Amino acid sequence: MGFLDRFFKKKENSRKSARERLQLVLIHDRTDISPGTLERLRKDLIDVISDYMVISEDGIEIDLETEGNSVALVASIPVLEVKRQRSRKRDR
Amino acid sequence: MDTRIIVVTSGKGGVGKTTVTANLSFRLAMEGYSVVAIDADIGLRNLDVVMGLENRIVFNIVDVIEEACKLPQALVRDKRVENLHLLPAAQTRTKEAVTSDQMLKLCNSLRGKYDFVLIDSPAGIESGFRNAAAGADEALVVVTPDVSSVRDADRIIGILESNQKKSIDLVVNRVRSKMIRSGKMLGVSDVSDILAVNIIGIIPEDDNVVTSTNKGEPLTLGSTSAAARAFENVSGRILGREIPLPDPTSFDENGLLTGLKKMFGRKAGRG
Repeated sequence: MGFLDRFFKKKENSRKSARERLQLVLIHDRTDISPGTLERLRKDLIDVISDYMVISEDGIEIDLETEGNSVALVASIPVLEVKRQRSRKRDR
Repeated sequence: MDTRIIVVTSGKGGVGKTTVTANLSFRLAMEGYSVVAIDADIGLRNLDVVMGLENRIVFNIVDVIEEACKLPQALVRDKRVENLHLLPAAQTRTKEAVTSDQMLKLCNSLRGKYDFVLIDSPAGIESGFRNAAAGADEALVVVTPDVSSVRDADRIIGILESNQKKSIDLVVNRVRSKMIRSGKMLGVSDVSDILAVNIIGIIPEDDNVVTSTNKGEPLTLGSTSAAARAFENVSGRILGREIPLPDPTSFDENGLLTGLKKMFGRKAGRG
């Protein structure tokens, strides 16, 4: 880096990164979902959806995502086959 | 007499809970209100040294709870300011020596007898904090403008909200104007945006806090430094006065203008 570059280098704004990192980390803190809870949710989701379609359990991705000030539960569940009729195995 | 019981807490250690408790206790007493400052940090007693009352302790909070003495016997009366009392923590016991119910009972026994009870909470979110908060109606959360302090404050606020405290206010401590101006530190507005809690005070970083603690003479006892004025304003706002918050980028102990003012002030004083 040349002398002039160094001289005119844009000031590193660590305030901005502190703010952004905090906002992100707090969303997770506030939702208060432990990895264990997320795992149980995953199993329950598989259970319910399996009644309607065949899904790839290995390809499932579940996460809490933030957009602006809101949190979304985003699940990506690869479908292998849609069942023609709802199976009745979950009748309770 | 309607007693206001306020817990001073933070989650993270070292952000200034004890300093805030001591200074507000002194200031409120100097305003003519009767005040009890309670050190709830059992095993790590410190409010006594910060207030300069360490040599006059006979009994402590655990003695009161275990009924080894009566409450008035354990209260250390300050000799500099009327109506200021300290209920010291026990130093050789642990936090397990008291329960939340006992703290609640203790706080309730002060109701109607004093105007203010300020409780200095230990750091953390475990039993020590929960006990300290148990008997309080209101909370002051002390936070410094850094990521770990703000994150911990958020946890504490969550717990206080679920305990349905009447009010939760934020004291932003150790604010460094120069760093905020140059974008190197979280601003007070960042902290309030993130935590979404009312700000009741902005305290600048001030060397005088260190020296006053060294001497056991809280700043509000007579200093005119920036932090002393800020503490006075916090106590004014606690009393319901409409005092606008200062511009957090304008505290400048080492600024050129302040430096010049000091220089001329000193000259004028000499002359």
